[in-house]
Amino acid sequence: MVVDIIFYAFAAVTALSAVGVVSSRNQVHSVLFLILTFFSTAALFVLLEAEFLAALLVMVYMGAVAVLFLFVVMMLDMDATDLRQQAMNHLPTGILVGVVILVELVVVLSHAHSHGEHGAVATVSNTRAIGQTLYTQYLYPFELASLVLLVALVGAVVLTLRSRSKGAKRQNIGQQVARVSAETVQLVQRKSGEGA
Amino acid sequence: MNELHQFIQSHGLALLGPQWWPMAWTLLWTLIKIILLITPVMICVSYYTLAERKIIGAMQVRIGPNRAGFFGVLQPFADAIKLFCKETIIPQGSKKAVFFLAPSLTLVPALLMWAVVPFSPELILADVNVGILYVLSISSLGVYGVLMSGWSSNSRYAFLGSMRSAGQMISYEVAMGFTIIPVVMLSGSLSLKDIVASQQGVWNVIPLLPMFVIYFISVVAETNRSPFDLPEAEAELVAGYFTDYSAMSFGLFFLGEYANMILVSFLGSLMFLGGWLPPLGFLGFIPGIIWLSLKAGFLMFVFLWIRATFPRYRYDQLMRLGWKVFLPISLSWIFLTGLGLHLFGKV
Repeated sequence: MVVDIIFYAFAAVTALSAVGVVSSRNQVHSVLFLILTFFSTAALFVLLEAEFLAALLVMVYMGAVAVLFLFVVMMLDMDATDLRQQAMNHLPTGILVGVVILVELVVVLSHAHSHGEHGAVATVSNTRAIGQTLYTQYLYPFELASLVLLVALVGAVVLTLRSRSKGAKRQNIGQQVARVSAETVQLVQRKSGEGA
Repeated sequence: MNELHQFIQSHGLALLGPQWWPMAWTLLWTLIKIILLITPVMICVSYYTLAERKIIGAMQVRIGPNRAGFFGVLQPFADAIKLFCKETIIPQGSKKAVFFLAPSLTLVPALLMWAVVPFSPELILADVNVGILYVLSISSLGVYGVLMSGWSSNSRYAFLGSMRSAGQMISYEVAMGFTIIPVVMLSGSLSLKDIVASQQGVWNVIPLLPMFVIYFISVVAETNRSPFDLPEAEAELVAGYFTDYSAMSFGLFFLGEYANMILVSFLGSLMFLGGWLPPLGFLGFIPGIIWLSLKAGFLMFVFLWIRATFPRYRYDQLMRLGWKVFLPISLSWIFLTGLGLHLFGKV
């Protein structure tokens, strides 16, 4: 009863803010709506008693991914009208992707219903359960996924690493700390009027 | 007390009926508990600002505020009244909705985290079994208030300050998160209550001393306190991300910052200093909440002590410290903790 009311409230916020993501004129507002979508989705996870997943969703998507989005969008001064024009060109692809996701959802949901698995599955400690499943049953896929992430990490570093040998000034903290005034300060006597 | 409870129950039942009353009572009781938690926190915050001015004054051989009330005890109220009465100035060209949302997005996460802080084995608002994860995830939301305030102010100083601050907060969140993992490994639980209970024999600070040091330095950076107060480096950025805020919306940023400082002091004493456990067994007659407050109070004092002692860091030094020093040390300490647990046969 109460859970139902809370569920519909958060579901409505999720849906409305998702609409806000695509409809708002300002890109920063779009990202802020996206963050709200993430947050209310996390609340829905809590309602399913999957608090570990909810915490992960908030930490990874809101704490890291969306901050990065916000950084990029705030730094780039994009023209909204130009973007809208381009977005219209991608409409057929977008619709196609949407239809595929819808079909997948319908297939999965009908499958789950036929087995009678739906609603909250209250486990004693789902954190422990997730850890045990991940590191025993799905160990190899898990390690493979982390390898893919490592490759992406190295790739990002390689892409942004430029050699700045020409005229670059680097700071060596060790050198800076080891400096003493006797090496760097020079007292010079000049006659007045002669200058340097 | 019992009679009062019965009086409320019977009248509530008569008023709302058996269908709605239990629901309304749960709601009401939770609300009362929240108020009972938030009020002391806010009082602590206001007197922490006074303590800061007094302690730093003493360290710099000054007197500190002593005009409002005896020994300056009314100073926090004077400050609050001043902030409430001032005019709220909205900068031209600012994004108003985001501008007013930002300060509350700084304060609200700082208060939300108090929900899972246990003050004694029984005294806890929400006994979540992933308490520490909850704290980590909510603390990662604090960066939005900073980013939004900097962007919506339509000012270069505020924007630069918010970029700096966000970079700093994200970097040190990583370091802080990694220092918590060994604690979780030792206690085998994500619940703050179990973490304290697991320190019955020896406090975590002894096997994890480097982690405690890194934790404390990271939270100093995370809360934007001196010597890591680059976001509001007044010499270069006026006041950083809240340059354009005035009156109470400015005050909300301060409340959030101080509530965060008190919170991380409590968390540090819960995770590393044994929480409500007494340092020696025979001192157990003193209530646990006093021990916890003493430990947190000491960490809060260290916050101020650091501020009066160290000069400000340079930004590149700050980033180097977070990523190149703290991260490798805490990562390798996770391995060492795992090795130790394996060797001593705990796993």
